[in-house]
Amino acid sequence: MHGLINRAIERFVRDTYGRDVWGAVMRDAGLEFTEFEPMLNYERDYTRRVLDALAANLNRPSTDTLEDIGTYLVSHPKVEALRRLLRFGGPTFTEFLHSLDDLPARARLAVPDLHLPDLELHEHGADAYSVRCRGEVPDFGHVIVGLLRALADDYGALALLEHKGIRDGCEIIDVRLLATEHACGRTFDLAARAV
Amino acid sequence: MSEGRATLEQHSASGDSFAAMMDVLCPMHVVLGDTGHVTHAGPTLLKLFADVPVIGARFAELFEVKRPRGDGSMAALMGAAGGKMHLRIRSRARTDLKGVLVPLPPGWGPNGGALINLSFGISVVTAVRDFELTGTDFAATDLAIEMLYLVEAKTAAMEASRKLNLRLQGAMIAAEEQAYTDTLTGLRNRRALDYVLARLVEAEQDFALIHIDLDFFKAVNDTGGHAAGDHVLREVARIMVEETRSDDTVARVGGDEFVLVLERLIDPKRVSDIATRMITRLSQPLRFAGQVFHISASAGSVLSCDYAKPDLGQMMQEADTALYTAKHRGRARHIPFSRDLKMPDAKQSQGSDTAGGR
Repeated sequence: MHGLINRAIERFVRDTYGRDVWGAVMRDAGLEFTEFEPMLNYERDYTRRVLDALAANLNRPSTDTLEDIGTYLVSHPKVEALRRLLRFGGPTFTEFLHSLDDLPARARLAVPDLHLPDLELHEHGADAYSVRCRGEVPDFGHVIVGLLRALADDYGALALLEHKGIRDGCEIIDVRLLATEHACGRTFDLAARAV
Repeated sequence: MSEGRATLEQHSASGDSFAAMMDVLCPMHVVLGDTGHVTHAGPTLLKLFADVPVIGARFAELFEVKRPRGDGSMAALMGAAGGKMHLRIRSRARTDLKGVLVPLPPGWGPNGGALINLSFGISVVTAVRDFELTGTDFAATDLAIEMLYLVEAKTAAMEASRKLNLRLQGAMIAAEEQAYTDTLTGLRNRRALDYVLARLVEAEQDFALIHIDLDFFKAVNDTGGHAAGDHVLREVARIMVEETRSDDTVARVGGDEFVLVLERLIDPKRVSDIATRMITRLSQPLRFAGQVFHISASAGSVLSCDYAKPDLGQMMQEADTALYTAKHRGRARHIPFSRDLKMPDAKQSQGSDTAGGR
């Protein structure tokens, strides 16, 4: 598994629950180090072991935590760079949804060995969509739920999101757009902050 | 000018719908009349000039044509039709642009006029900042947004890689440091010594080399065990470091064998003083776990300035010969190498341990 994914989990735990919880999680996971390097690759089962240890430590289902990680990735100031990269997907939330299919390719443009699950947007009438998520990371769809919920907020749109379980090996996420301009979203300036 | 306006009005109906179309397809285009004055400009292009009036201005007043060079006249511009133009905005930002001109066919705008489409090229990264452009300022098919995304994504990825490199470099330096260190005493090891000596010879810098061997060290191990032996070696190392300068090299090259490299030393008397003082200190009783141990040291030395061309192998061997002589003459002493010293054949057969009484 790519270090960036493991690192995202680590950053989330450290920024939300503190260093001690992270240290305990890594010990319980049976890993002999405490920090993931974002630009290195790790054994595939490390991610599962960390998530299981995290669920046990927080006494909370790992799907809930995955959703929080998705939200964290968009809304926490420490990972602002990622929010910016996501916002390049389009000027409105609707356009962003339509760019979801390109998301794994966009990620690979930046980091060639980062393989995100395949995402596919389906439109079911006005303002009703579903996202199909298929990949080697189980439950990754829950991260997408949290991420989309936070992004809708970021764009100032009002959306209802629901994880509908797995069908034909795909995680299904229901997206219902209630208002595209519900509130003022956060601004997105094309130019990065002063160099 | 009046003629240009007349032409524009004459074709206004079809010209307007054409311009509206072009505003969507090429938001950074300008339409020029036959005199080289701007009759229409796309919305993004207007944004670049902010308060400066664009419509009615001469193209050459707004843009400097860097290539192909010309006098900025309409005739010169028309001469560049179809080819790539390099332009620069005549404003504070002085942004570079790329452009291409096509003459307008009759009925598509001002008679004898032209359309120039412009693009930022590589300057897009600074242009979005300078002109506060947004996604909607670019044509839907323009790759500018993808390029901005890529620049930012690559910058973030490079930054992550750079941090990893720094951490790896730190680990590498630590590993190298460890590879040059004798872990028991913290002194340099044989590898570090070879490196230091090679560097000194290479730089043709003078130095003294003292080969030291502890006397009676075997007895420490035999009576006090290895813990006592290790303790004595660490104490010896501490004394040696204290008795030398910080840029000297103290290396442990064998069980109880040490080599000192004293840089820039050419005076045999000073070498003798240092060696003698060290032997005196090493001969003081050492305590460990309630036991008292007595050792001393023998030393042999050479000076690089005594050699026309220092040969490390020869220097090491002659220091060894002097050390052997010191052992042979009753230990606890320093003997500088001289030509009359001979390594007796006995040493090879008996072994230095017996000869030196280690």
